[in-house]
Amino acid sequence: MYEHDVIVVGAGGAGLRAAIAAQEEGADVAIVSKLHPVRSHTGAAEGGINAALREGDSWQDHAYDTMKGSDYLGDAPAIETLAQDSPEEVIQLEHWGMAFSREEDGRVSQRPFGGLSFPRTTYAGAETGHQLLHTMYEQLVKRGIEVYDEWYVLDLAVSDEDAPEDRSCHGVVGYDIQSGNIEGFRARDGVILATGGPGQVYDHTTNAVSNTGDGVAMAYRAGVPMEDMEFIQFHPTTLPSTGVLISEGVRGEGGILYNGEGERFMFEYGYASNDGELASRDVVARAELSEVNAGRGIEDEYVHLDMRHLGEERIIDRLENILHLAEDFEGVDALEEPMPVKPGQHYAMGGIETDENGETCVAGLYAAGECACASVHGSNRLGGNALPELIVFGARAGSHAAGRDLGEAEIPTGKRGEWEAGDVETPVEPGAVEPEVEADTSGDAVADGGSGLDPDGFVERAAERATERVEALLANEDGRNHAEIRADVQQSMTENVNVFREKAGLEQALRDIRAAREAYRDVGVADQSRTFNTDLLQTIETRNIIDLAEAITLGALVRKEFRGAHWRKEHQERDDENWLKHTLLSWNDGSPELWFKPVLLEGEDKRYEPKIRSY
Amino acid sequence: MSTQVPDQTDDESSASEAETAPAAQQRRMEKKRQRAAEAEETRQTEEAEAALAETETYHLKVFRYDPEIEGKKEPRFDDFHVPYHKGMTVLDALMYARDTYDSSLTFRHSCRQAICGSDAMFVNGRQRLCCKTQLSDLEEPVRIEPLPHQEVVKDLVVDMEHFYDQMEAVEPYFQTNDLPEGELEEQRQSRENREKVKMSTRCIWCGACMSSCNIAAGDNQYLGPAAINKAYRFTMDEREGEDMKQHRLEILEQEHGVWRCQTQFSCTNVCPKDIPLTEHIQELKREAVKSNLKFW
Ligand SMILES: Cc1cc2nc3c(=O)[nH]c(=O)nc-3n(C[C@H](O)[C@H](O)[C@H](O)COP(=O)(O)OP(=O)(O)OC[C@H]3O[C@@H](n4cnc5c(N)ncnc54)[C@H](O)[C@@H]3O)c2cc1C
Ligand code: SF4
Ligand code: FES
Repeated sequence: MYEHDVIVVGAGGAGLRAAIAAQEEGADVAIVSKLHPVRSHTGAAEGGINAALREGDSWQDHAYDTMKGSDYLGDAPAIETLAQDSPEEVIQLEHWGMAFSREEDGRVSQRPFGGLSFPRTTYAGAETGHQLLHTMYEQLVKRGIEVYDEWYVLDLAVSDEDAPEDRSCHGVVGYDIQSGNIEGFRARDGVILATGGPGQVYDHTTNAVSNTGDGVAMAYRAGVPMEDMEFIQFHPTTLPSTGVLISEGVRGEGGILYNGEGERFMFEYGYASNDGELASRDVVARAELSEVNAGRGIEDEYVHLDMRHLGEERIIDRLENILHLAEDFEGVDALEEPMPVKPGQHYAMGGIETDENGETCVAGLYAAGECACASVHGSNRLGGNALPELIVFGARAGSHAAGRDLGEAEIPTGKRGEWEAGDVETPVEPGAVEPEVEADTSGDAVADGGSGLDPDGFVERAAERATERVEALLANEDGRNHAEIRADVQQSMTENVNVFREKAGLEQALRDIRAAREAYRDVGVADQSRTFNTDLLQTIETRNIIDLAEAITLGALVRKEFRGAHWRKEHQERDDENWLKHTLLSWNDGSPELWFKPVLLEGEDKRYEPKIRSY
Repeated sequence: MSTQVPDQTDDESSASEAETAPAAQQRRMEKKRQRAAEAEETRQTEEAEAALAETETYHLKVFRYDPEIEGKKEPRFDDFHVPYHKGMTVLDALMYARDTYDSSLTFRHSCRQAICGSDAMFVNGRQRLCCKTQLSDLEEPVRIEPLPHQEVVKDLVVDMEHFYDQMEAVEPYFQTNDLPEGELEEQRQSRENREKVKMSTRCIWCGACMSSCNIAAGDNQYLGPAAINKAYRFTMDEREGEDMKQHRLEILEQEHGVWRCQTQFSCTNVCPKDIPLTEHIQELKREAVKSNLKFW
């Protein structure tokens, strides 16, 4: 068994920042990551980082824009923390040498982004995430922080009291990809999940192949609620053939969207008469699909994004990377022709329920970055608000886990605050399929009641269960291949739980997910090698994808309103009277339980009154 | 194929001739011819693509090895025939083969967009990033092997530890004594200086350059192009100051540092991020000479 004070799972922006913060607080910290840190998908972020740095801007304005962008489903304490801490965090990155784009006077550049009242998006060309990730990894090397790279975390070691709020987390179980060894990792002070987004739930996504939502699924099965899972951001400008992202920076710099008839539809059809192309992402994504559905798309699939008028010099200066992406992944020379674009899955607003210190309802278990939901983004994330979330909440989670007093959190977690029960009618039973091989061997610490184990005992037990699970999968050599099951789920999600959602489609998705669960009972691993067995790992990831797909769909079905990224055919209005609340889903031993908790609109010194959101 | 337009570019001697009006005119003509040739080439590739769409499959020959599995302990090549679609990359083809024919086929990959640096391999005899390489640019059968000069872990996966060690041997982090006083104040950097280091910051740690380098193959301790480029990124950053620059040059001047490079350009040729590696190494050599002169 390995032992550290703080264990961080994941080495993207959130994980790296958390590890640095924990070490600065004096902790012995280690990162466990299935990818080498510089391979994390944070590196793909293009557009920039929001921070109120300049005269004329203020954290209050940043907070207001974020709350409005969230369609009033963000929690004020989290949003205000983000807006207050991000200037300091961005300057910290600059002091670590990050290669930001610069103004004539040598200060870092900022540009306009959708939904922002001030050009506060700090950037490094169109490769901000790459620069951020590498700068932070450099700091890791400098500090000598230990990284177990290419170690896949299979599960959490959580105690087994009845109520999740009484449980505590003592470590994780790691699988060494290179050797196939399974080891317990004991965390004396805390475990921080920073495993990133769940984009692989969909088949057209800007996310990496490794973004399978592992951390969220692990926490869920250990009893931690998932919050607001129905809110998935579809980015309006992804390349049709691959899902590769064309940054919002293009529209920020003045790029224009045209339909198949050459009309500037954002204005001409009144989707966003003031902000046009720079309206919030959900608005632009719906506008594009509406155009395509009305027969004004190109090849019935996409629209055009044109930046030629910006001129070669400006494009090369600020958006050079876009030229490479368009060329390499769509064969388009964006200096000569417009780029084809369509909406694609991009970001999960929901995730593991945490407070503004990154802590979950399970003692000693934290989450930060895209896998977490504090909630900063509510029902719709503004562009440029995820990277600051990584560093702000990564740092908070890291230092809190290492023992720093950040004051009492205002956001209650678990069923500690006000909550109400929820219910939704489903065509098939969601949750575990009985009898489930998984249920007794995976993260279900819940099953056997008080066990009286000590912390080491919990880690050992979790490792034993994970070992049994791996052995069972390997023993079923001729079982079904996970790839088919995964593809079925991804396709159903893209078809039924996309930008436009209706009851019948959502129900269909639940049936498909159920079928996938049934099929998964017989899943097996053909590759019998212990060395670098990606067949095994992807099989395990597929199970996580199924759990998350179901959670997203259940949330989408229960929420009978149109808010932010969540559009429902049958419910075309935002309904503040009934739905100004977060959706929560608890695994509950395999029979998922839906419940709600109120949104916190009370800020430090003002209340954010819900207003009509127009751009 | 023998339909290639014969290569008509002038040899170097004529380019160095004095510029006369007819020469300039000739050059314009030359350019025009080149453009025409290029257009013809595009047409040809498009045709080739159409032809491919008809044959519909692409033939891959993939290196296989597993230290534990009978039949794979001896390296071998497996054949896969994957259905082709326009825009298909080598990575797409590998994923298709794995998901459809053999789930044990093993390779690293993640972002699919040339930013995570996981999938550099040896494709038709050259280091390439698979997600960035179109099948249609390659001759069939497409031979896919792990990066040369690195130990193979399994199939197309190589051990990257040595590469990481070299990257980390050059103090690959920003160091300055010149941070501004104000808490929220940034350290200024001129646009020109940012421009100067920009290309060097693009490295995605894919290892293609190191694998292509003869010197690195012969001298295991040679820092290698990627690590030297990483050092360049800081050495040339004006924010670090002169003393630090000296310190960095000393690291680079060691026995297995910049002077090992014999300017063969192989690294520069394979770098998927178009980083002018050889130029950077040359520039550091010049800087080193300059700074030594200063001390004499
Ligand atoms: C193409 C693209 C462009 C974007 N552009 C912007 C932008 O301009 N501005 C902005 O603010 N936001 C942007 N975003 C969003 C933002 O980049 C992401 O939300 C953010 O980078 C996620 O970071 P993370 O640290 O949470 O996760 P990631 O960077 O995805 O890292 C996840 C880490 O977890 C590890 N991991 C996962 N599962 C396991 C497991 N089971 N065991 C061990 N380790 C595991 C992985 O190895 C990895 O290191 C963009 C997103 C995409 C996809
Ligand atoms: S310098 Fe280029 S080839 Fe070498 S590791 Fe970096 S990106 Fe890859
Ligand atoms: S898959 Fe990331 S670089 Fe190719």
